[in-house]
Amino acid sequence: MSVEVDTSTRTPSAPAAEAVTMAKALNRALRDSLAEDDTVLIFGEDVGRLGGVFRVTEGLRAEFGSTRVWDSPLAESGIIGTAIGMAMNGMRPVVEMQFDAYAYPAFEQIVSHVAKMRNRTKGRVALPITIRIPYAGDIGGVEHHSDSSEAYWTSTPGLTVVTPSNPADAYALLRESIASDDPVVFMEPKSRYWMKETVSLPVATGPMHRAQVLREGTDATLLAYGPTVRTALDSAEAGAEHGLSVEVIDLRTLSPFDDETVSASVRKTSRAAIIHEAARFGGYGAEVAARLTERNFTHLSAPILRITGFDVPYPSPKLEEYFLPTVERVLDALESWDWEL
Amino acid sequence: MTIDVPTTGRSLPQLQPISFIDADGRLTDTPTAGLRIPGDRTLTGLYRQMVFVRRFEAQVTHLTRQGRLATYPSAAGQEAAEVGATTALAPGDWLFPTYRDSAALLTRGVPVGEILAAFRGDWHCGFDPNEYHTSPAATPLATQTLHATGFAMAAKLKGADAATLTFLGDGASSEGDAHEAFNFASVWQTPTVFVLQNNQYAISTPLREQTNATMLADRAAGYGMPGLRVDGNDVAAVFAAVTAALERGRNGDGPTLIECLTYRMESHTNSDDPTKYREAEEVEHWRQFDPIDRLEKYLRSTGAVDDAGIEEIAAAAEALAESVRDAMNREAEIDPLELFAHVYAQPRTDLAEQQQVLEAELAAAGRA
Repeated sequence: MSVEVDTSTRTPSAPAAEAVTMAKALNRALRDSLAEDDTVLIFGEDVGRLGGVFRVTEGLRAEFGSTRVWDSPLAESGIIGTAIGMAMNGMRPVVEMQFDAYAYPAFEQIVSHVAKMRNRTKGRVALPITIRIPYAGDIGGVEHHSDSSEAYWTSTPGLTVVTPSNPADAYALLRESIASDDPVVFMEPKSRYWMKETVSLPVATGPMHRAQVLREGTDATLLAYGPTVRTALDSAEAGAEHGLSVEVIDLRTLSPFDDETVSASVRKTSRAAIIHEAARFGGYGAEVAARLTERNFTHLSAPILRITGFDVPYPSPKLEEYFLPTVERVLDALESWDWEL
Repeated sequence: MTIDVPTTGRSLPQLQPISFIDADGRLTDTPTAGLRIPGDRTLTGLYRQMVFVRRFEAQVTHLTRQGRLATYPSAAGQEAAEVGATTALAPGDWLFPTYRDSAALLTRGVPVGEILAAFRGDWHCGFDPNEYHTSPAATPLATQTLHATGFAMAAKLKGADAATLTFLGDGASSEGDAHEAFNFASVWQTPTVFVLQNNQYAISTPLREQTNATMLADRAAGYGMPGLRVDGNDVAAVFAAVTAALERGRNGDGPTLIECLTYRMESHTNSDDPTKYREAEEVEHWRQFDPIDRLEKYLRSTGAVDDAGIEEIAAAAEALAESVRDAMNREAEIDPLELFAHVYAQPRTDLAEQQQVLEAELAAAGRA
């Protein structure tokens, strides 16, 4: 299974294409960043010898040595806090939080320091830190291994929040995140780590802060990111069988939000829904629905819908299928609109 | 059969705090863990700076009561720890202070107005960290100890000859970040000195409700690093201990935890009411251990200072106080539009739009 990706912006004369997983594309992005810039450092829990629990850092310690890639003590606040000090001293740390929910011990360091250092020092101290967070569910994970924590980060001024949905973007967005002088929370959809795409690395996929139209349509716009992009594309395919022309946009970067691309689509289709795994109340979809309504109210034929996880804690593996937004649920939402308008 | 584990290399700090000069200004016979008392010239400089920072703290506290500053946490009584530790730093080293370390910032050479910008409400950090090799003062407790550790790790990776020093308090020692910083620093053997100012109170909570340990310096052993317990009101002891610890770090021998026993003579901030949690007698008791009085007695006894010298220092401290008043009586120029200037390196449409809203409001109010 591979995602349909617009390849028109890819680098010309790229090396031969091969089938790569998202995990491998991320690994290659880290490798190329380490090779290109001596100040790039990678540390975190089990990222050295083991190559990370998802093997995203596999082989990097062997290639670059333990002064560039190493295993840190097991303490997330410590990882982020020391990354801050390293960034203040000219480094460009790329750190891994092993799982979404295990980033929470680092919440204070991320929210009170990483996000604010540039501001509190009037731009004199930048923190070019990339915080990699494997997130979201659908992997049969036990408790605390499947959270979608994006809204905590997107509601924090000072952070840039990025999430790829396919291998090519995983490579390109991670390279750009590491090169950014702003701190980036880079959220990797765990359920997509092993999806393969035929792609030539290195690859460029368009500017990080822009959303991407993955499928064009005229009747409705589905907005998705990370793990739900697949759901949106499948829903669009299913919708086509029902005679609906559905546009699918991969947001790619959650903060900042690409109003230009998304509003253009919503004005064209006049209907939009946002799909995410995270709970609905106060979730990222609420911001999307609110801002699209504010900007495009007179162009809308129907309320903007949120197709999300329920407002319950992430469930145990045998209940995941009832919790996660499915193609059926997306189609139900599309049908709920009054199509006579 | 026994489990094969290391059985050497663990050492606990001596119970008696390291001290050179006692409360009466006389040399002690306390064991000093191989440290040597600084020379009279160094001590005279430390005395001078302690007098300065005490006058500074008194002046700022006064101005805060007058409403010139929003709030102020004074380190009065802790001059020896503030000045002794900071003076030990080399120019290339980095300091990672807390909100109670204005005295250290002053000692580091940060201009008065830039130190106080945060407390006056002008901007969160008023100085350029890169110019003074000093991090913005951290308010979330113990968070800065990790920044100091990471900074030192980067220095070590770069082969730079720089060490870092961070202050934390007895209250902050209960925070998880303090534990994580001690551990990371020791595992990574970073050139970091943790100066733990045990001033007996975390706002109102006394030490005995913060820890059940005999002393906070003992914790170092648990992380595999040296710990020292120092009379934090003896600037000679603080300076000697921190100088040696920085040297250890620069030599590649890793971090050190130094607990400075001291006392917060003032309230937590001006909005605190210390009569609710401590007796006036306790404050009076600590007055006899005053760091400045004892050093003055000692320096007079060695002939390093005389009446004229003391008067000259006091007069210079008065001039400093006047410069504090001048700085605080000059309103900083604050540009409301700067709200948007330093949030991201990459400009954002959202912020540009919000800035336009504020610009329009200011224009309508005749303020732009």
